[in-house]
Amino acid sequence: MAPLPELSSVLRSRTAATPRRKLSKLEKKEIRWGLFFISPWLIGFLLFYLLPMLASFGFSLYDFNPAVPDQARFVGFANWQRALFQDAEVWLSLRRTLHFAAISLPISLLFALFLAVLLNSEHVLGKSIYRTLFYMPTMIPLVATVLIWNGVLNEQTGWINVIIERLTGIRATGTQGLRWLADPNLVYYAYTMFGLWGVGNAMIIFLAGLQGVPSELYEAAQIDGASWFQRLIFITIPLITPVIFYQLVLGVIGSLQYFLAPFVLNGGTGFPEGMTRFFMVYFYKQSFTFFSMGYGATLAWLMLIIAMIITIVLFGTSRFWVFYAGEER
Amino acid sequence: MVLSRRTAALPKTTRVALTRIALTSLALAVLTLFLIPMVYGMTTAVKTDSQIAKAGAPWWPARERTFEYEGKEYDVYLVPIDGTIRELALYRPGRQSSWFVDPENPAAGPFEWQGQWRQLQRSWRLDIQWGNFTRAWNTINFPNLLRNTLMYAAITTFGAVLSAALVAYGFARFRIPGKNILFMVMLSTVILPGAVTLIPTYFVFLQIGWVGTWLPLIVPAFFSWGTNVFLLRQFFLSIPRDLEEAAQIDGASPLRIFYSIILPMSRPALTAVALFHFFWAWNDFFGPLIYLAGHPDKFPITVGLTAFNNLYSQSTNLIQAASLISAVIPIAVFFFAQRIFLEGVVITNFEK
Repeated sequence: MAPLPELSSVLRSRTAATPRRKLSKLEKKEIRWGLFFISPWLIGFLLFYLLPMLASFGFSLYDFNPAVPDQARFVGFANWQRALFQDAEVWLSLRRTLHFAAISLPISLLFALFLAVLLNSEHVLGKSIYRTLFYMPTMIPLVATVLIWNGVLNEQTGWINVIIERLTGIRATGTQGLRWLADPNLVYYAYTMFGLWGVGNAMIIFLAGLQGVPSELYEAAQIDGASWFQRLIFITIPLITPVIFYQLVLGVIGSLQYFLAPFVLNGGTGFPEGMTRFFMVYFYKQSFTFFSMGYGATLAWLMLIIAMIITIVLFGTSRFWVFYAGEER
Repeated sequence: MVLSRRTAALPKTTRVALTRIALTSLALAVLTLFLIPMVYGMTTAVKTDSQIAKAGAPWWPARERTFEYEGKEYDVYLVPIDGTIRELALYRPGRQSSWFVDPENPAAGPFEWQGQWRQLQRSWRLDIQWGNFTRAWNTINFPNLLRNTLMYAAITTFGAVLSAALVAYGFARFRIPGKNILFMVMLSTVILPGAVTLIPTYFVFLQIGWVGTWLPLIVPAFFSWGTNVFLLRQFFLSIPRDLEEAAQIDGASPLRIFYSIILPMSRPALTAVALFHFFWAWNDFFGPLIYLAGHPDKFPITVGLTAFNNLYSQSTNLIQAASLISAVIPIAVFFFAQRIFLEGVVITNFEK
């Protein structure tokens, strides 16, 4: 199996490295220059990531308002106890966040994949124009996107309802109609729709994934008489599962921090019926409206822990469905 | 199944042509649905205040037509007469019959029409309120928002590109103990939820008096971000070392090599990072929201637009106009630089 020369070269390099010799002057110089170049990141990591993260945990043990820092009081794990066992809103807002993610993530990923497959087809004419135009709304500032959709989803005058009414005859406008942003059953779908305007990045990344699928595989399948759909399901999708996986992880982490749309539309009141008081919105309210920053730090750490758990679980499931080329089949 | 059997009987070129037409029209249909809100935004932005709420108004920007007759304004209706619809001004309304004037031929004077005028539809004339953009521009104090946003985007883009290039060069070329671990740590900061570092950072910035200024938003940009470093490192790794080695033999310092060889050779990658950061800054909301709260004169476009929406929530047309104004610059830059930009998206996200 393993050719001998390779093994011996590994052994040689190991024996060469084992005795802890002193670094030569040149090597030391290289390390110094290397550290110089990466120093912006090293300093930034310490100042803006590591220390604040640890301090955040420290803050979670205090009852603390930044307006009156002298009155900060050490309360031990009282904030944690409150977040985990007493404050029902923590779990409710977390459940809403996950509920929304469970609706919006599959829809947006499938839509991105659909567009990528469509625009990867040799039969679509003017592909680059389509690609540009489907990407374009991703460039619109998110606040503007939300405001434009807020208008188009307006239950009385918005075009979505007007078009539905014209085409189907169902009475969609008015108080008995489709109240996209006011009906608790519809609001997550409405929010998902704004999200589709940000489909561009996922679409481009899927497109790159599709272009990386070796064409021999398709040719072989075609000779075997596989239909277009079979080729999609048995070749294309398995080969781009790494890309899907990566998008899924980023999407879940992003959903946990979903904040802008509910904040712009209703100032974080949770309208309708608290449905849009997501975890990040609740964190913002506690930290920057009530300025109870000890509790806010607790919620932030809780978010980190949940994000880590979800990421670990996703990575755990990945070996069952994510296909990495080069592994044994 | 039936369809595929039938198409299979056709000659190959016809089949290809049919698939082409079908798929291209499918793409066109999806694109149309996808961009409907954009068309809504554009048409609503130039409507009059009264048109938006009025039932029976057309979807395009319009004004109800009136006609001046003998010094008075009369409303113009669509009146069915002898199987054709004519646009006539309602001169004297009545219960069973009304008097109308023909704007095309006012000299003929008013004439009677049998029917209920309340059943008639108004006549609309195309009327584009370009002035709404000016109104939105002035109400929101757009020049100020624009200046703030441009300054923020420009300064942080400079900082982000410079620092990311330095760090990426360090990671790409130098043997540093523990480099791989450091690199992994850097990549993992990309998915770290920002909230977890926010409160202590905010507290420190508050203590040193930076809250209410742009500094908490600008300074961190000079310490490099993971995704940017990743993109540039990938690019630097693809540059052959020959030139650097030659320069080294000539006695050039690493900083000199970085400045006069690496940076000029990396123009496309640096441009991609600059574009990313520019758009990111243009879109940034949460940071300015918390650090600039209570200082409307310092707001960037995103936060200013939100405040505007809260104050003028009834003026749908002005809100749409302001939203469109805020999107003009990013979209324009995107159209000019899309190739570099989209390639950058692929490198940062796909090759990990």
